[in-house]
Amino acid sequence: MEQLFDAQFMADFLGSSLRLSVPIIFAAIGGVLAERSGVFNISLEGCILGGAFGAAVGTYLTGSPFCGLMLGITVAGSVGIMLAMLAVGLGINQLVAGIAINLLMVGLTSYLARLILGGDATSTLPGFHPIALPGLASIPIIGPVLFQQDILTYLMYLVVPASWWFLYRTPWGLNVRAIGDYPVAADSAGISVPFVRTVCVIVSCMLAGVGGAYLVLSQVFVFTEHMSAGKGFIALAALILGRWNPVGAFLACIFFGMSDALQLRLQFTSPDVPYQLFSMVPFLASLLALVLLSGKVRPPAAIGKKYVRGGK
Amino acid sequence: MLDIIRYVYMLRPVWAVLAALFVGAGLIAVSGVNPLTAYSELFSGAFLDYYGLAGTLVKTSPILLAGLAVILPLRAGLLNIGVEGQIYMGGLFSTFAALLLPPMPAMIHLPICILFGALGGGLWGLIPGYLKALHGLNEVIVTILLNFIAINIVSFVVGGPMMQEGAPYPYSDEIGEQLFLPIVLPGTDAHIGFLVGLVLAVAMYFLLRFTTTGFALDTIGSNPQAARYAGIPVRRYVMLSMFAAGAIGGLAGALEILGLKHRLYHLFSPGYGFDGIVVAFMAQLNPLFAPVAAFFLSGLKAGALVMQRAVGLESTVIEAILGLVIIFVAASLAFTYNRTFWKLLLERRRQVEADLGASMGEK
Repeated sequence: MEQLFDAQFMADFLGSSLRLSVPIIFAAIGGVLAERSGVFNISLEGCILGGAFGAAVGTYLTGSPFCGLMLGITVAGSVGIMLAMLAVGLGINQLVAGIAINLLMVGLTSYLARLILGGDATSTLPGFHPIALPGLASIPIIGPVLFQQDILTYLMYLVVPASWWFLYRTPWGLNVRAIGDYPVAADSAGISVPFVRTVCVIVSCMLAGVGGAYLVLSQVFVFTEHMSAGKGFIALAALILGRWNPVGAFLACIFFGMSDALQLRLQFTSPDVPYQLFSMVPFLASLLALVLLSGKVRPPAAIGKKYVRGGK
Repeated sequence: MLDIIRYVYMLRPVWAVLAALFVGAGLIAVSGVNPLTAYSELFSGAFLDYYGLAGTLVKTSPILLAGLAVILPLRAGLLNIGVEGQIYMGGLFSTFAALLLPPMPAMIHLPICILFGALGGGLWGLIPGYLKALHGLNEVIVTILLNFIAINIVSFVVGGPMMQEGAPYPYSDEIGEQLFLPIVLPGTDAHIGFLVGLVLAVAMYFLLRFTTTGFALDTIGSNPQAARYAGIPVRRYVMLSMFAAGAIGGLAGALEILGLKHRLYHLFSPGYGFDGIVVAFMAQLNPLFAPVAAFFLSGLKAGALVMQRAVGLESTVIEAILGLVIIFVAASLAFTYNRTFWKLLLERRRQVEADLGASMGEK
C-alpha cells in the first residue's frame, strides 16, 4: 500500500487519468453545446469513431498528423451534418437518428478502414508528440503531468474555458441557451431555431471528432474497429453529471478518467480485485447523480423536442 | 387514386430498405465486387440454403424479441434503449437458475429457468420505468447507463465467482443437457426461440389492438396529459410497460443461453438490443410486422458471412448497410401521409386537365 503514496506512482496515475479523460472531455463539451441548443447528441459515439477514422486515414495518406486531424474533424463534421439533416431538418426523433448514425459509423468505418488501411492496420502511424512548456513543466509532479503534453491536450485546456465563456458570457451563447430552454421565445426574438441548432450540432460533432483524433494521433497510433468503445456514451454520462455545464462536464470527465485509470492499473497489479466493478463506476456515479439531483438539476427544457413554428 | 397513394405511404419502410440496399450496392462496388453477385450470394445464403436458413432463424429469436421489447413501451412514448442490458440480465438470471438450483425434473426446471430470465430482465427494465414514473428521469439516458452496468455485472460474474475452472476466457460452467431448448430444424442450431417470439408478437398485437391496456398505452403515447385527465393511471402503465418490455428482453437473453450458447459468456450479445430498435422502426411499431422485419434483418446478418466466403467481400459492409437501413427507415417515417394535401393536388391536376381539354376543344 505504501506504493500508493509514492510520488512517481502519483505522477503516473494522474498522467494516465488525464490521457484517458482527454477524448471524453472533447466529446462531452461537444455534447453540452448540442444539448444546450435542445438537441440530444447520442451520435457522439459515432463522431468519435469518425474522427478517429478520419485521423488515421488522413495521416496514413499524407504522413502528417495535422492533415489527419483536419480529415478527422471533417469526417466528424459530416456526421454532424447528417444528424442535423435528420433531427433538425426532417424532425425525426433525435435519439433514433443518433442511434442510426452510430450503427452506420461502426459499420462504415470498419469496412472502409479495411479497404483503405488494409493490412497496414498493425503498423503505427506518426502522431503528435509531447511538447514541454518551458518553466511550467519543471514544477514537481504536476508539471510533467499537465504541461508536458501534446498539442491536442493544450487545445483541450483552451476549449473548456472557451466553451464556458461562449455559453455564459456572449450573446451567441445566450441565444443557444434560449433555444434549448424556450425556443418559442427565441424565435419571436428573431433567432433562427433550425439554423442555430444545425450549427451547434455540427460543431458538437467536430469537437467529438477531435476527441477521436486524439485516440489515434496521441494514444495508440493505429485505428482499430469500434475503437470508440462506448466513450461517446461516457461523455453523455459526464455531461449529465456535470449538469450541462462545460466546466462541470470537464470535472466529471476527469473523475471518470481517474476511475478508468484505477481500473486499468488494478487489472495489471492486483488481478484478484474485480476490475469490472471499477469500470462500472462512471455509469453508477452518473445514475446516482441523476437520481439524487433529480428535481434540483434539470436538462434544457426543450431538449429532444423538434421545434415547429406555431406549434404548442 | 388516394388509396393507392396511401398504400405507397404505408409501404415506406420497404422503399427505405430498397433505397438503403441501393446505396449499399455503391459501398460494395467500392471493393470492386459486383453488387448483384454479392446480394444474390447474401440472400440465397441466408434464406434458400437449409443451414443458412437455420442460421437466420437462430438470430431471429433474440432480434425479434428485442424488437418487441422496444415496440411495447414505445407505444406509450418510452424509448427503451436498454434491451441490451435486459438481455444480459435475462441471460444471467436464467444461468443462475440453471446452475444453482437443486436438481429437479427438466419439465419443471426449464420453465423456471425461462421465468427467471424474464424476471431478471423485467426487474432491470423496471428501474428506468420507476425512475421515469416517479422522478421524471429520461428513460433513454437511464437505460444507456444501465446497459453498461449490466454488461459489466455479467463480465464480473463469469470472470470471477461463476467462471469455469481453467477456462481460457470468461465463461461459466455448461448448463445441464436436459435444459437445452428443443431444436426445430434437425442437425442445426435452430431452436424454438423464434417460435416463442412469433407467438408473443401475435399476442402483443391482440393486446395492443383489442384491449383497454393497448388503448391506454397508445393514449399515453400520443398525449400523456390527456391520458392523465381521462383517468388513466399513467405512472402505473409506464412502470408496467417497462417491466413487460424488460421481461421480453430478459426472455431473449434466457432463450439465447438455453437454446444456443448453453453457458453464460462474457459479452454474449453482439448488440441484439440495438437491432431491436431497427426492427421496431421497420415494423412501424406494429407487432405483426416485427417478425418480418426481424427475419429480414437476421438474414442480412447471417448471410453476411456466406457472402464474405463466396465473393471475398468484407462482412463489415453489412454493418454499414444495416446502419443505412435504419437511417433511411427512420427518415422515411418523417414523410407522413397527408390526405388533404394529396386530395388538393389531385383536384388541382384534374382541374388543369379539364382546363387543358376545354382549351383544346376551343381550338
